Amino acid sequence: MNKTEEQIVKRAAELLDNKEVDKVIGWKKGEFCFDPSPAAFTSSDELKDFVYNDFCGANLSKYLVNECKSGGKIAVFLKPCDTYSFNELVKEHRVNKEKVKVIGVECHGKLDIEKIKSKGIAAVTGAEESGGKVAVTSLYGNAELDKNEVLLDKCLTCKGKKFAVADEIIVLNEMEETKNDRFSGVEALEKMSEEERFAFWKAELSKCIRCNACRNVCPACTCNKCVFDNNASGVATKAPADTFEEQMFHIIRAFHVAGRCTDCGECSRVCPQHIPLHLLNRKFIKDINRLYGEFQAGETDEGKNPLIEYRESDAEPSSAVNGEVRHA
Amino acid sequence: MQRIGVFICWCGSNIAATVDVERVAEEIKREPGVVFSANYQYMCSENGQQLLKNAIKEYRLTGVVVGSCSPRMHEATFRKAAESAGLNPYMVEIANIREHCSWIHKDREEATKKALVLVRTAIAKVNLNAPLTAGESPVTKRALVIGGGIAGIQAALDIAEAGFAVDIVEKNPTIGGRMAQLDKTFPTLDCSACILTPKMVDCAQSDKIDILTYSEVEDVKGFVGNFKVKIRRKARYVDETKCTGCKLCMENCPSKKGLNEFNMNLNTRPAIYIPFAQAIPNVAVIDPEQCIKLKTGKCGLCQMKCTVGAIDYTMQDKFIERDYGAIVVATGFRPINIDHFNEYGYSENKDVITSLELERLMNAAGPTDGVLLRPSDGKHPKVITFVQCVGSRDLTDCGKPYCSKICCMYTAKHAMLIREKYPDTEVHVFYIDVRCPGKNYDEFYRRACEQYGVDYIKGMVGKIYNENGKLMVQGSNLIENEQVTIASDLVVLATAIEPEPSVRKIATLLTASIDTNNFLTEAHPKLKPVESPTAGVYLAGVCQGPKDIPETVSQASACAAKVIGLLAKDSLKTNPCVAQSDESMCNGCSQCANVCAYGAITYVDKEFRLGGGKTETRRVAYVNPAVCQGCGACTVTCPSGAMDLKGFASKQIMSEVEEICRA
Repeated sequence: MNKTEEQIVKRAAELLDNKEVDKVIGWKKGEFCFDPSPAAFTSSDELKDFVYNDFCGANLSKYLVNECKSGGKIAVFLKPCDTYSFNELVKEHRVNKEKVKVIGVECHGKLDIEKIKSKGIAAVTGAEESGGKVAVTSLYGNAELDKNEVLLDKCLTCKGKKFAVADEIIVLNEMEETKNDRFSGVEALEKMSEEERFAFWKAELSKCIRCNACRNVCPACTCNKCVFDNNASGVATKAPADTFEEQMFHIIRAFHVAGRCTDCGECSRVCPQHIPLHLLNRKFIKDINRLYGEFQAGETDEGKNPLIEYRESDAEPSSAVNGEVRHA
Repeated sequence: MQRIGVFICWCGSNIAATVDVERVAEEIKREPGVVFSANYQYMCSENGQQLLKNAIKEYRLTGVVVGSCSPRMHEATFRKAAESAGLNPYMVEIANIREHCSWIHKDREEATKKALVLVRTAIAKVNLNAPLTAGESPVTKRALVIGGGIAGIQAALDIAEAGFAVDIVEKNPTIGGRMAQLDKTFPTLDCSACILTPKMVDCAQSDKIDILTYSEVEDVKGFVGNFKVKIRRKARYVDETKCTGCKLCMENCPSKKGLNEFNMNLNTRPAIYIPFAQAIPNVAVIDPEQCIKLKTGKCGLCQMKCTVGAIDYTMQDKFIERDYGAIVVATGFRPINIDHFNEYGYSENKDVITSLELERLMNAAGPTDGVLLRPSDGKHPKVITFVQCVGSRDLTDCGKPYCSKICCMYTAKHAMLIREKYPDTEVHVFYIDVRCPGKNYDEFYRRACEQYGVDYIKGMVGKIYNENGKLMVQGSNLIENEQVTIASDLVVLATAIEPEPSVRKIATLLTASIDTNNFLTEAHPKLKPVESPTAGVYLAGVCQGPKDIPETVSQASACAAKVIGLLAKDSLKTNPCVAQSDESMCNGCSQCANVCAYGAITYVDKEFRLGGGKTETRRVAYVNPAVCQGCGACTVTCPSGAMDLKGFASKQIMSEVEEICRA
């Protein structure tokens, strides 16, 4: 057990034992070290399965939507980037902030087991990062890897180590800011010709198996009834005209979360087909920044996002389409 | 399944010349649901309407499609006809086969095919239509006029004359506007103040008119008949109820170096001032940027001198909220900024002035007491050159593409007045075209040329530069086909006018549309020239387009007639095509309320049964149908599709799109 995890479990136990909260949302041990899953803990006995390691990439904020429906107070452990999603959910009245105690937890970037496996390391039993390196233990021996080569994609473009919201924090070691090059992927796509770009997305989106994992994990996708599950909406049961049309799902979803997406990167993390879905959202974010000025969804839990706010300085739609106007 | 009747109008030859109306009516008979189909020369005529009414009764129609002109022309006509035959008026749909079809196509075959598609599209919509019932909303019998220039004054006077209460909100300390700054008015050359100030006095004396000067509209909520307006009453630092306008304060104010806006900054005024002699209200105001007491805390001379104790340095902006049934926008204009027109050297040469500055220099109440003296050295100019179209009809980014309309006439006026008063002065006018249509206008311009010997030169000015104390105006004379340079003592630029910039904010508050030049858009350029597309909002004066005083006054009176017509009603039928939230799908995320321009959406916590005896309390949106204007912004913002518009439901629109795509 690492020191941070120790602290977290200790605090969780305190909160539950003192009846300060009725529930704790955290990560639960899986079959292996690299597959912890989000879970709710209601007593300190259950905390023996609590885990917080370098594979805890999951953003827990969305689980509050359901957990808040029952009475009682909830504590949730959020990494810096997860706190933005929390604010956005509060802003949209999906989570009642009065019921929740947000505990910010230390994060140095989370690891991608697939990337570790691709280095030829099988049967991983543990991994711990420190100072730009990751020490991996496996049934077949130990290895040391470059951290940047095995970080989750979303952690390579880390939003920073600031907690947008936190009632208390558990940070034992200083979190280093990483170099942020968020938009290089989008820029590469923008440089493509229309045909190339269409071919790129056609190839990527054709891999989709419509497992809905991206939608189900997305903290911005919390509709009571998703249009894709609603027969009356006319889109859920519509027969696709061609194989590609079905994949419009992702494009519609990107439109639905535009302006509200905090760029948490969960969609791409959970995609079993490794589709770079975050690029769609990030294109929106880049355009919003260009047209309306820098905006980070979830920075606060109030106010309007630029797409649902009118300001006199807003770019005219025509000039926005032509790509002429930049925010003054 | 609906029982639909289809009526194809020829519109004389407007539609029938391009669209085979008989074929359309014949082929449409085969559409599922269509039980009657006919074509007629003029559906909007008495006979045409009778045809529609008879068919509704005879064939027990549940839906009607009229293939005719734009719904903006006759939708109401056919809805009324249907209603009188016992059909819900909202079961009538228009297929626009004129503006969208016959007028824009030449090929008869193509146009006929398109007309068929458009009619089928309307049928697809009618199939999903449901009867709607209009509600009623009361009318607040009070009007708001934004802007206290001649347009606002005239509109307010006419509305008050009919017995309704009116408030004028004016951002400046006095009403009067631009007209108060003018010297004489064309084409009769009567003194501007002499004809304006009696109207100002009438406003002040009317018990129906409340003049709120030094005030601005901050926020507008509501809709036609029921606007709620928040007005900022800027701190004047002088109690309007106490000040007698004695001007003792002005005489004693030590800070006298403020630029006099009323005189186009040609002279100075004290920090506490009354803009001009006939100002209404005749009450002083303190310029906080200039007042020593307000800036440093030391001074207070005016307060000491004031015999009635009207001065209060602690005054703060105040907000008042009032209800109105109708709003007239009369925000007026200003001359454009010409600092960046380098060729005219306006910012370098004191003696290059704008026409409005000349008005002040010629005015008896102006900085020179009406004696024409040039600003640089106070000497009489002997050679004066006028340049027309400065920034007007200018397709570069510097100026405005439109004609400012008033400049030809006022330049002729200035030229004539100068020649009259100072016959030893030489006057030249550079022009592109002289445009003087209007009663006695062309005669007026010809008098300037023919009787007063004003030298009109057709051509544009390329450069104005200073040489040995003379302003050298270099231009072309297109008639003589030569370059000319005129050594002048004074140059007057007929500067283009543009809408007062604050109109953008007001347009946003009122959701009134605005064109690329910031002029407010009328509901119809010919048939609804004083209505804005937003119900209950009317337009008067230059805020709608360049115009002179007679036109402005006519438009203001027309506005007043519209307002009186509205306020005379006790209640209005509301539009039943409003948004509605499907609570089972609503997330309560507030996005719809955030985009609602009318404040029509609120939220309620509601309990829902989940089955198995369980319930859940959720926050859901509620649309106030009396406030909703049916703009649809909420429906496209709602991520789950819970919000929909009655009469324009997403399903209806989609079925229309599908019908078009099928073609």
